[in-house]
Amino acid sequence: MKYVDEFRDPHKAQTLKNAIRRLVDGIARAKQRPLQIMEVCGGHTHTIFRYGVQQLLPDEVEFVHGPGCPVCVLPMGRVDDCVALAERPEVIFTTFGDAMRVPGSKKSLLKAKADGADVRMVYSPLDALKIAQLNPQREVIFFGLGFETTMPSTAMTVLQARAQHIRNFSLFCNHITIIPTIKAILDSPDLHLDGFLGPGHVSMVIGTRPYEFIAQHYHKPITVAGFEPLDVLQSMWMVLRQIAEGRCEVENQYGRIVPRDGNAQALSAIQQVFELREFFEWRGLGSIDHSGVRIREAFADFDAERKFEVPNLKIADPKACQCGEVLKGVIKPHECKVFGTACTPESPLGSLMVSSEGACAAYFNYGRIDTSRIERRGGASGSGRAGNAGGLGAASGASVAKPLMVSGDETVSQAIEGGQAV
Amino acid sequence: MNDRVSDPLDSTRAPAEPLAPRRVRHVRDASVNLAHGSGGRAMRDLIEDVFVSTFDNPALATLEDQAVFPMAELASLGDRLAFTTDSYVVDPLFFPGGDIGTLAVSGTVNDLAVCGATPLYLSCGMVIEEGLAVETLRRVAASMQRVALEAGVAIVTGDTKVVERGCADNLFINTAGIGVVRRGVAISARHAQPGDVVIVNGYLGDHGAAILVARQQLALEADVQSDCGPLNGLIAAMLDACPQIHCLRDATRGGVATVLNEFAQSSNVTIRIREADVPLREEVKGACEILGLDPLYLANEGKLVALVPAQAAERVLAAMRAHPAGRQAAAIGEVEEGPGGLVVLHTVFGGQRIVDMLVGEQLPRIC
Repeated sequence: MKYVDEFRDPHKAQTLKNAIRRLVDGIARAKQRPLQIMEVCGGHTHTIFRYGVQQLLPDEVEFVHGPGCPVCVLPMGRVDDCVALAERPEVIFTTFGDAMRVPGSKKSLLKAKADGADVRMVYSPLDALKIAQLNPQREVIFFGLGFETTMPSTAMTVLQARAQHIRNFSLFCNHITIIPTIKAILDSPDLHLDGFLGPGHVSMVIGTRPYEFIAQHYHKPITVAGFEPLDVLQSMWMVLRQIAEGRCEVENQYGRIVPRDGNAQALSAIQQVFELREFFEWRGLGSIDHSGVRIREAFADFDAERKFEVPNLKIADPKACQCGEVLKGVIKPHECKVFGTACTPESPLGSLMVSSEGACAAYFNYGRIDTSRIERRGGASGSGRAGNAGGLGAASGASVAKPLMVSGDETVSQAIEGGQAV
Repeated sequence: MNDRVSDPLDSTRAPAEPLAPRRVRHVRDASVNLAHGSGGRAMRDLIEDVFVSTFDNPALATLEDQAVFPMAELASLGDRLAFTTDSYVVDPLFFPGGDIGTLAVSGTVNDLAVCGATPLYLSCGMVIEEGLAVETLRRVAASMQRVALEAGVAIVTGDTKVVERGCADNLFINTAGIGVVRRGVAISARHAQPGDVVIVNGYLGDHGAAILVARQQLALEADVQSDCGPLNGLIAAMLDACPQIHCLRDATRGGVATVLNEFAQSSNVTIRIREADVPLREEVKGACEILGLDPLYLANEGKLVALVPAQAAERVLAAMRAHPAGRQAAAIGEVEEGPGGLVVLHTVFGGQRIVDMLVGEQLPRIC
């Protein structure tokens, strides 16, 4: 397929594979423990497993699958709120497909649908708006979730709803923002990350400047990466080259999509409709300050949380679940106590097992080849897993990230810009 | 060798006395109502006007409660009977490349054919939602008959029920079928052997993609037609080329990935496939890229997966490519000894990954 196959070329992959090998040979640190590079975005996790990108990397380099799957970090309490909204008789609850299976404390949206709730899968918030226009006697709620990637389209939909005086449409806003989350991860005491692959589609909206604090304050290299397997491999090479040359910079591999300053129109729509929440609860990571957004007062009529009563209860993650440690890269999915036993894609305990972008589901569905490789390596030399074993010990005492303190009354764009508040 | 019955309708000309000429009754209503399922005159009119006249065979025309056919006729075709049933519920009823009627006949024909059986007779149970246009029913019946003729089978018995509005989605169809299995053919998911070659008969995922596009929720425009069609002719040609085919299944719901997993589990082998050799249309690839779906899991309605002994693979492929339903047939992988139940895909990119059974429905990804 044109414009796709070019980014999956196996010959170019081999060239990059060899170049990465040569780079890693020159990095002294890699001889003590594997270099850990976190891909922040769930889309990258998906690509890595779907194409077997890890197998092209030398043993000294590991992907750590970060928190960038918005479906995966959704806490149980919020899913319960969705179910409560969906079960109101007057409501048509609309959602993206892969949020349907996320377990709440009692049920998922899929189960609520089976029990009679009117839950409909849509592909865009504008589809939800259309449903509202076609069903004027019903209340249509759109389940807005995702990082800055999906935020602009939700914001545009709210703006359209207001412009067209569509009164029976509202948004249950669960949008989250990436920068405070990356900060929280960087501040986590049990972390050994050596660098980052930055999220591609989020950056298309916010640009690359907001990541500068990662390089400047935390001295970690980052490369904003595209989503085809060659993109991921080339970005990995770019991060490793930074490490080899002792540089810490924000580089942009995804220049064909991501401008340095982001998309002004999208940012303005976000700014108009949303404002930062004091804090937002993340599954596995706990509460992170200023990591979520809510609808501004001016658009209160379109806010499902104001329009309807939601239980808004905090539900603790299941005890056995180690999603938090997996999210921070402290343990690998298959090292979780319940991986593949109590927690499977069929009956997920933790949210990382739910979406195909979740690290655990990806490991379970695609990755057992990698797992066996890792296990063989650990068994043969004992050195391959040293870093992880240490991480496990440290993790048991710190399963929730230290809440990140951001002072002052930040705006969304300040949070997106990030950096300076730390 | 071709041991299909030339005309399965002949063998059902059981009644010795000729049928008395009867006035063909017509349905006057434009849409189906509860009276059409009540057992009275309205129902009889509907059955005669829409089904009996379309399916047009003597066994059905007698309007008995069953179809009767001589056993000697069956015994001449093989030594075992194959019997299957399937229910068809699809939204929308009509889609590019087919409709619920073409599905209902080709699906059951294919379920018989993949065990090496020659499909002969089908039943047809209709569950109709009140309010369905009679014209729609006629179109579906005509599609069923067209595919039945293509496959050389007859729809010899049936049942009609009408349910209240809201109790069904337009139209549900159940078809059951019987066929006769060739002597010496032993196809089973348990028979895969290391060294077997994995063969498919053409582009994968067309049906699944066509349905997605036809539902029009996506505002996607793609010229994809369902591959819906009978495979018994193709399978007969394959068995002529190699009667020792080990495993054979049509890759319907759950797609090729699911069938391969079933083979790998039942036969306790590992199956390796090469992504680069999997035949996919550009349009289907594109739709999958946009929606984050995996074409290996998309439904097909005219595609099969065969595991064939290596020495016969070229012969089988040549026979398939000579048949209209197998022009794009391709060898996509091999069976090997190893962990049972494992299906491994070698990606175009040079990596490999496990292709597992699907959990629940494939849901489009958020971004």
